[in-house]
Parts: sequence; C-alpha cells; structure tokens
Amino acid sequence: MGSRSGAACDLTSHSLLTVEQKAEYQAPSLVRGTLGSASSVAIVGLSTKRQKASYFVATFLKSRGIKIIPVHPKADWILGEKVYPTLNDIPEPVDVVNVFRPAHECPIYAAQAVDIGAKVFWLQLGLFNEEAATIASAGGLDVIMDLCIKMEYGRYDGTMRFLGMNTGVLTSKKAQIGRISSHQDVHASECLL
Amino acid sequence: MSKPDQKRDYGFETRMLHAGHVPDAVTGSRAVPIYQTTSYVFDSPQYAAELFDLKQYGNIYTRINNPTTAAFEERIASLEEGAGAVATSSGMAAQLVTMMTLLEPGDEVVASQHLYGGTRTQFVHTFRKLGVTAHFVDPDDFDAWEAAINSKTRALYAETIDNPQGSVVDISRLAALAESNNCPLIIDNTFATPYLCQPLNHGAHISLHSATKFVGGHGNSIGGVIIESGRFDYSHYPTIANPSPSYHNLRFYDTFGLHGFLMKARVETVRDTGSCLSPFNAFLLIQGLETLSIRMDRHVKNAMAIARYLEDDPNVEYVAYPGLESSPYHELALRYCPRGPGAVFSFGLRGADPREAGRRFIEALNLFSHLANVGDARSLVIHPASTTHQQLSDEELVASGIDPGMIRLSIGLETEEDLLWDLDQALRAI
Repeated sequence: MGSRSGAACDLTSHSLLTVEQKAEYQAPSLVRGTLGSASSVAIVGLSTKRQKASYFVATFLKSRGIKIIPVHPKADWILGEKVYPTLNDIPEPVDVVNVFRPAHECPIYAAQAVDIGAKVFWLQLGLFNEEAATIASAGGLDVIMDLCIKMEYGRYDGTMRFLGMNTGVLTSKKAQIGRISSHQDVHASECLL
Repeated sequence: MSKPDQKRDYGFETRMLHAGHVPDAVTGSRAVPIYQTTSYVFDSPQYAAELFDLKQYGNIYTRINNPTTAAFEERIASLEEGAGAVATSSGMAAQLVTMMTLLEPGDEVVASQHLYGGTRTQFVHTFRKLGVTAHFVDPDDFDAWEAAINSKTRALYAETIDNPQGSVVDISRLAALAESNNCPLIIDNTFATPYLCQPLNHGAHISLHSATKFVGGHGNSIGGVIIESGRFDYSHYPTIANPSPSYHNLRFYDTFGLHGFLMKARVETVRDTGSCLSPFNAFLLIQGLETLSIRMDRHVKNAMAIARYLEDDPNVEYVAYPGLESSPYHELALRYCPRGPGAVFSFGLRGADPREAGRRFIEALNLFSHLANVGDARSLVIHPASTTHQQLSDEELVASGIDPGMIRLSIGLETEEDLLWDLDQALRAI
C-alpha cells in the first residue's frame, strides 16, 4: 500500500532506493524489530475515507492490537481514535511515526518526531526524503523509508502469503501463531519489494 | 562468515523447495498440506467485515484464495522474481483473467502471430464477444509491432518460445516498446518454464503459464498461473487505476500499489469468472515445481540430442529448434534461455506425400505417445495434418503455418538412446 497522491506517486519500481539505502532504511532486522515492539503508531495523513490506503493500514494495525493515533488537520475522530492536528499535540508516548504525506513535507514530520521522542520514523511505500532521514537519525530515531507498514507486517506474520504474494520469507522453522518471527530470513532480491 | 542478519540471496533450487511455505504453527507439516476446503471460519464479525473489505490478508473462500494454492502461487512468483501470482484453472484461463483484468470493450491488444492455436482462437473469437480486438504481427518485425500500436492498444503479447515456428521473442526490446506506449508486456513463458527463462527479469510485466505442461511436468493436472512484476506504473492505466464500482470505488493501484493488478485479478476477475485452481491440482503442481530444474536440464539434454539427430536424417526436411546453430533464433535463444530453449519443437518429413509419411511415422513409433499435449515427463508426438488440422487442405495448412509433413515432438525424460532408437526405426518405416 502506498501514498500515491501528489508528489509521491511517480513510482515505477519496487523501490526508489539504491542498494546501500535499502541496507540502511529497509533492513529486515530493523523492520521486524519495529513491528515486533511497536505498541503505538501515529499516522500522519491518515485519511477519513475508508477506501484510501492509509485507512487500510490503520484498520490492519488496530486489528493487531497496535494503538493508532491519527494526525489530521481537520478531522476529530478516525476509526474511533481521537485525532490530533500535529504530532506535537499528541499527549501520549508514540513508538512509530508513519507518514502518508508528500515527500517534500517529510522533514517537518521528522523534526516533530524527534521532538515527541518517537523511536522510529517510517515513510510509506513510494516516499523517500534524505533530509528527513538525516533529521530523524540525528535525533536518535531509526528510519524506514519506501515500505508499507501493513505489507511488512503481513510479510512477517505470514498472512500476506494467503493472497499469493511473494513475501520473500524463506525458512524451515515452524511458524509461531500471531507472532512476528525473529528468525526468518528474507530472500535478498525480494527485499526490493 | 556471514552476519546473523545478512540477507541471503537463495538459489533457484532452494526456492523451488522452500518458497511459499513455512511449516505451520500447529502441526509443523513439512510437505505443503492439501487444504481441501471451500471456506474458512472467520475470527469475528469485525474481522470478517475487514476481510471482505480487503483490509485484512486472509482466507475468504476457495474460489478467491486457498492456502495450498497460495503456496504454489508464491513459490512460482519467487522463481520468476515477481511481486506475486494468481493461479487459475488452466493456462487459457490465465490469459483470459489477465486480459479481463486489464481490458475494457473497445480496447486492443497487439500480439505475436507465432502463438499457440488455442490462444489465437481465444484472442480472435472470444475477445470479439467482449468487444476487444487483437492484431497479430510478425514477432521479429519491430516496425510491424509499432505500426499495429494505436491509442486503443492496452497490452502487447508474445510467447518466450513458440511452436511450431520455434521462434524466440526479444523480450527486453518488446518490453521497452510496450512501456513507451504505456502498455504492459505479457509473456507466455510456458515452453521455457521459470527455470529456463525469467521474463520479468528481462523487463516483461506479466508472465503466464499453462502449468499443465512442464511446471506440473507429469501430465496429470490442468492449471495456469499469472505472475506480475509489480514494476508497471498503472497510475494512468484506466482499469487498474480508476475507482472500482464492485469494491465501493476502491482504486486498486492507489491502495495496493505494486500488488494492485494482482489484487484486482484475484478479487474481481477470478472471483467473478470462477476460474480458480483446485487445491488438489495446486498440490500436484507444487510437486512438479520441486524438481523443475532437474527435469528441465534432462528435457533439454534429450531435446538437443534428438534435434541434432533429426537434422542429419535424410528423411527430415527441417528441424525448428532454436537450440540448433542452424536456427535463425539461436542467438535469441542463447540470450533468453541460456540453459536451453525447452523441449518442444517441430520438424518436417520429406517425401512425395508428406501427409501420408506423417501418418506412417506416427503409426511406427513405439515409445512416443500420440496425443494432444506437451510438457509431460513422457515423450509425446502429434502430426497436425492427420489429427488437429485434418480437415484443412495442404494449401490451408501452409496458410496456418503448418505443413503436411510437420511433426511436433515434446521430448520427455526417457533414456536418450531409447528415444533416438524409436525415432530412427519410425523414420525407416515411412
């Protein structure tokens, strides 16, 4: 799922990132670790419309017991959760800041993510902004870019394969029910997804 | 030594055996289980609602998805390095599902004229009922491809290796042409299999198979599969980008990104046409995939030996196998199928009455099975002029690309010397 409105929509390949950038911003250990430990995700640009990608992602994360905190300039409630106009207005701890806004706006959200003490700054599939990454990293946050948090969750909890998608997860270890497994290796070329 | 978290680029054979299946949490079953079920109990009413809204990844109904079929889909998608796959009831269904997902009435397709006859019939006659027009061009003539493309063109279509001409298509050049016209390139990769050619790695956007053939490999199951690269930009492609009235105006490309085409093919086209693969057939096709590389190496080795033998026989007019240096497609075969261009090819019998010679040749064979299929572990043969095309005159045959003395072989895994012996004694009998 991606943010494909506005400036971020000219995506024609699996990833906008170079091999080195993928190693830094899409490392399976970082992604798995983030998904396995996150208990709250602030979603910047969460739509009020039920058929938008961000709404799908938020619904999915909620179903996995993750607290979602919508950030939207006008709405009051989305998916039964109180909406805040900016990240700085959120009165509770935020583990992950997940962004569904055009790439050029991302440095602002990176600075806010640092201010509120978030642990991970995650730009959705189709989004890449080096300046934002630098700001978040300097503030002590891990940075993930150009990946969908729902796809990644489905990849590592095994549910994405119910739809015939290539998860790239390859292991002879027994699955664990409802768990993001830490021992699964990922076929390298599929990490382009 | 590799670091614990280093990503391992697993080899083809490892993925043949492991991709798409993690031993399940309860039983630990090592083989992929056959989930012979129509339906799946939902976790809760809310989960069910989210599932039907496509907000959850989960099992809905076997007409839409099934865990055994999904293991087959992911495994073959891994082998061809696609974003995912959708299995279908047959190879013909794979084509139809792809086209019904991409096209609307009024749209056009430009296809190679070197196609399986059943495909051509589907494109000409069934497409006409759907308001879709197919144009056919010489696959080697890029001016002809360009000339046939117009503002209504929505897809280009060709086979990696065709029969009976034994031509190999220049996939990367065709992919560039397709992309410059905002069209996906669809490649039927049946004869090459995922082992001999990976069309998506050469720029094709969609790869199709009749899995009935070498993928299953044992002549026991009809099935098909669609693999998509996830790399085509559908943002200006109407059917995938526009709101879908059958899903509350969901925009598949906007919402599912690189999975957009595959999701739409599954939850709309396969759902509505009922063209799903049965879980049992998916299991049998998985067994085929697990030995694919080993079988294909042997198929190709036997095919090469037989093609060389036939080329030297005085009763043989020509051998259309791109593995031979004499083939005009030899260079393309080396580029796209470096391990060998499959094991299905045609040759022509010489003689005053080639149609009669073909009949006698078939009669004299002892090991080759006379039937209408290819890609079995056993060697197969057919003489179109006395079977599938017997109603046509010699002139009509030639017009459809088949000459009266043409024999099609699908080379199996038997002892090479036995196959050579059988062909030799039959050639001496005509």
